Amino acid sequence: MSKSVGKSVIRVDAYEKATGRAKYMDDLCDRSALIAKICHSTIAHGFVKSVDTSAAEAVPGVVKVLTCFDAPDIEFPTAGHPWSTDPHHQDVADRKLLNRHVRYYGDEVAVVIAEDEVAAAQAVRALKVEYEELPFVLDVQEAMKDGAPQIQERAQNNILAHSDVRRGDYETARREPGLIKVEGWYDTPTVQHCHIENHGCFAYEEAGRVVVVSSTQIPHIVRRVVGQALGIPWGKVRIIKPYIGGGFGNKQDALYEPLCAWCSTKVGGRLVKLECSREETFVSNRVRHAIRTHIISYVRPDGTLVARKLEAFSNQGAYASHGHGIVAKGMNAFPQLYPCPNVECDSWTVYTNRPSAGAMRGYGIPQAMFAGESHIDDICKAIHMSPLEFRRKNLMPVGYVDGFSKNELYSDTFNQCMDKALELLDYRKKFEEYQNQTGPIRRGVGLAVFWYNTAVWPISLESSSCRMVLNQDGSLQFQTGETEIGQGCDTAYSQMVADAVGIPLGDVHVVSTQDTDITPFGTGAYASRQTYIGGFSIMQTALALRERILAVAHEQTRMPISNLDLVDGQIVRKSDGRVLKSLGDLATESLYSLESSRHITAETTAQIKSNAYSFGCSFAEVEVDIPMCKATLLRLVNVHDCGTLINPALAEAQVHGGMSMAIGYGLSEELKFDEKTGKPLNNNLLDYKLSTFMDHPTLEAAFVENPEPTSPYGTKALGEPPACSGAPAIRNAILNATGVAIDSCPITPHVLYRKFKEAGLIND
Amino acid sequence: MEKHNIQYQTVRFNLNGKDVERTVDVRASLTDMLRNDFRMTSVKKGCEVGECGACNVLIDGEAFNSCIYLAVWAEGKKVRTLEGLLGPNGELSDIQQAFVDEAAIQCGFCSPGFILTAVEILESGKEYTDAELRKLLSGHLCRCTGYENILRAVKKTMYKRLGKELPR
Repeated sequence: MSKSVGKSVIRVDAYEKATGRAKYMDDLCDRSALIAKICHSTIAHGFVKSVDTSAAEAVPGVVKVLTCFDAPDIEFPTAGHPWSTDPHHQDVADRKLLNRHVRYYGDEVAVVIAEDEVAAAQAVRALKVEYEELPFVLDVQEAMKDGAPQIQERAQNNILAHSDVRRGDYETARREPGLIKVEGWYDTPTVQHCHIENHGCFAYEEAGRVVVVSSTQIPHIVRRVVGQALGIPWGKVRIIKPYIGGGFGNKQDALYEPLCAWCSTKVGGRLVKLECSREETFVSNRVRHAIRTHIISYVRPDGTLVARKLEAFSNQGAYASHGHGIVAKGMNAFPQLYPCPNVECDSWTVYTNRPSAGAMRGYGIPQAMFAGESHIDDICKAIHMSPLEFRRKNLMPVGYVDGFSKNELYSDTFNQCMDKALELLDYRKKFEEYQNQTGPIRRGVGLAVFWYNTAVWPISLESSSCRMVLNQDGSLQFQTGETEIGQGCDTAYSQMVADAVGIPLGDVHVVSTQDTDITPFGTGAYASRQTYIGGFSIMQTALALRERILAVAHEQTRMPISNLDLVDGQIVRKSDGRVLKSLGDLATESLYSLESSRHITAETTAQIKSNAYSFGCSFAEVEVDIPMCKATLLRLVNVHDCGTLINPALAEAQVHGGMSMAIGYGLSEELKFDEKTGKPLNNNLLDYKLSTFMDHPTLEAAFVENPEPTSPYGTKALGEPPACSGAPAIRNAILNATGVAIDSCPITPHVLYRKFKEAGLIND
Repeated sequence: MEKHNIQYQTVRFNLNGKDVERTVDVRASLTDMLRNDFRMTSVKKGCEVGECGACNVLIDGEAFNSCIYLAVWAEGKKVRTLEGLLGPNGELSDIQQAFVDEAAIQCGFCSPGFILTAVEILESGKEYTDAELRKLLSGHLCRCTGYENILRAVKKTMYKRLGKELPR
């Protein structure tokens, strides 16, 4: 039997995308659409006293102006989490479609609906908004202080949530004589996803229901949120998700679908399109949480961790979105990655007057790894131990089981990944060579590992549904609620379906579009869950379909089911291997039979009550120009164990993309704000330094394949992990090169100037 | 300067080998005209201010961000979009096939723009180093691929067209 899983087959959507024929949101929108444009607040915090719409309404072509005084008095949640039927576990509902209490520079105040973009933009400019300004706060720890501006009424000291971890007795353990104390503060920046297609959507009414076609990762979740935001039954909402130009977590939130849907209902159900500009995408969608982390470790001279403390302060921005889930995930990784008997961890998620932070590739782990892995190298420096040996001694051992998730480390993944990476980089030799350099140009090597777990069980629901429909020719269509967002799950799923059903890959047709009216329920693309979670429902549905096919084969061939198999699209008699008929002939006869016509289909839901660790590492080599305060990345190697590779070429490509994001995180990307006004300063692709073709060395990706025993296909997370360890590996390489421990990213010349000066490497 | 209120103007140009004309709003970008009037879905909007390269087209053989090129400036020009690369029976050109084979396409949104700049590079008939290729392609942003496989696809096609072995 020809196996499809494990082969680097061509993407199923490659031809459509290589020809420009693949249809994205705007390609599907009729040119008759009315255009909605948002009026964003030009203050960081305050109340809208009035909006004078007269001049805007007088602009020719303007159809309607809606302000925060018109919006329904409904607060709704936006996070792309599965809904919880337990009110205590539901996402925080803290924003309205348009807000009178504006909480960041860029909040939604009003919306103009016009016949064309020019009229809509002119009318937005013609709106006269009067504000009552309030003090604002951008810094996460300032926001927690007594007397800080109150951003959300419900959050005392602006604290959205706090959680902790306690193991052993930190206070007693740290008093052991002879321990070395290592302490550090680590800051990570606000960054944005920068998918090349901005978020946008269009909405219209049809048969008394509102239909939204959106660039989203999570159509079924958006359906629920639109229903909640508009206060209408969820069945009155239909969401359609076409191809999307990247998401990376930003589109794992209900963004402007609720507002666009509402706009359509306010103009008699006419077609309304709402597209974000790049500038709006940076500020008024979602960003990555900036997290400040304080770590103290008490270590014996031999490198044994005795007691550790972590405090993490997560900058939520104006609205809850994914909220505390991000910093909590990072905090929970801390005691697992380097098990230590005495641990105290606290994390806070705090409202500030910045853009709302939500999900972004890695979901708190890039922040946690920058802090945690930087700190590990700071420990190594303090006790004069090699970063490699320290990790070999202290990293999560084989057989480790997390009590909460029941995740288990089945294989010696960390050592295997590090062994592969150090060989590729010739790490040991270089590490020694680069000790004690002098002179203005110095080189260094560094490494960092990462912790990641697949999917969201047991914190949230994990389920996936799949439908397979057999055609007359023996080919089939299949659908899942998990979405193709560029990562390649349509292709990986097709490979899985081909093998599980027993038909050639060419006979598998994926229905790429999700339409909540016809796609079985699934929560979408996030948490690097697609191959893992989708694999369960695909395998289960394939088995159900096979059972039905073989039952029909029994009727048509008179052979017992136990002696029948479906191999490569042929019904085979197992005892002698004879092909009895093709699946196409079977399906045609079954469908058109005058005695017992049957359309052979299967649909099942799999609930998944397991989860899987997915680990790996990054090794970096840098060259640092000390007088120029510039670090150049020479090489970056990532090694991952994501279990069995479904499609090695696509897996490698996925790793490249994550590494690229990690390089930007480490060296160049940061959304900056004016301290005096809270205004974003660089919300465009020119001033926000997204890595270009020229900012990368050759990206080297490799794998260790330990099949994941809980997955039907031996697979686990790969989407997000590649973004998690690159930045601290670069930071640690700079430490190796210069002896200077950097405490924040991105590591720009500004940061290096400050740190090199402190270290006496440069003078003014 | 004379003040006038002409809002619409007729523009005649050659689109993918065919002479066409349209009357367009003088404020419209070439992106707008190609997408709205000719339904060229390969011309993508990623920033509309010339930063990302997703709207790239070839004008008289040279790559331009069509979002910051007025539609009326196309008068008398030869404009090529990705749609023009396809063979009569839907055959992919060599560079499109290389993007497919090298897994250089993920979400697909930046791909058309990249492929057209690659065409400009390949049609120069020159052999470029990796560093030169990186510079020539740097007008395009991609968040999915880390540019790695895009470089492989362009390089592979360049050597193929030059009749040379791909260096290791």
